[in-house]
Amino acid sequence: MNVLVWAAVVVIGGAGSVLRFYADGLVSAAVGRDFPYGTMVINVSGAVILGLLSGLALTPSQSLLLGTAAIGSYTTFSTWMLETQRLTEERQHRKAVLNIVVSLALGVAAAALGRLIGMHL
Amino acid sequence: MRSDLSPAAELSPAPRRSGRLALPRADGREVAAIFVGGALGTLARAALAEAFPHSATSWPWPTFAVNIVAAFLLGYFVTRLQERLPLSSYRRPLLGTGLCGGLSTFSTMQVEIVKMLDAHAWGLAAGYAAASIAAGYAAIQLATAIVRRVRVRL
Repeated sequence: MNVLVWAAVVVIGGAGSVLRFYADGLVSAAVGRDFPYGTMVINVSGAVILGLLSGLALTPSQSLLLGTAAIGSYTTFSTWMLETQRLTEERQHRKAVLNIVVSLALGVAAAALGRLIGMHL
Repeated sequence: MRSDLSPAAELSPAPRRSGRLALPRADGREVAAIFVGGALGTLARAALAEAFPHSATSWPWPTFAVNIVAAFLLGYFVTRLQERLPLSSYRRPLLGTGLCGGLSTFSTMQVEIVKMLDAHAWGLAAGYAAASIAAGYAAIQLATAIVRRVRVRL
């Protein structure tokens, strides 16, 4: 891993985060903010792409840049947890539980599907 | 973004789009703050992942650690910025959306779980998912409580 690769990690990580911001805005504008659909769509879409990448034979540098940096920064665990905790605070327990269960179920299924596709490419 | 270049359109403020797929409005400073925070968070996460590689059937400490730390920090920053500090246009994008969002990752966690399932490490997969969610949730709760207990300084 040379300096150039790490410089690319920095730039790609910034870009992935900006992409997450816009994707969340787009989804929320389309379906509303009653439920954290934005984060869910981002996380599940990221899981399918990272699953696909994990099924391909990538070099360590490719894996670092495309997987860890790009998709890793695009998806988020912290916002998922924050939105769940805030739903609980607002006594919306059903939504909070759904946010956990559906995100995890779809996330694992998406990653498995992506990995399966990647392995057959 | 605007295709209408008539003089009248240039003089009047940009019409509000009625279409549902309009990009969120954001000023350059906000986007720049997200970029910088996200770059730093991603660098820290990637450096940890490269420094501590792990096999498919061992506990993914790098991902677990960054996710829980990022959850704690996000709970702290968001609560403090919303309930304690004066409104700021760039702190939340920099520290929350950028730094914590870039530091934490959902996709890596999901792929790690799938690899555990592939290796028939069912207990590890279930334990890792449950521990991440429980600790992440507790981290937000704890950070929020800490901020709310601290008195507002005058």
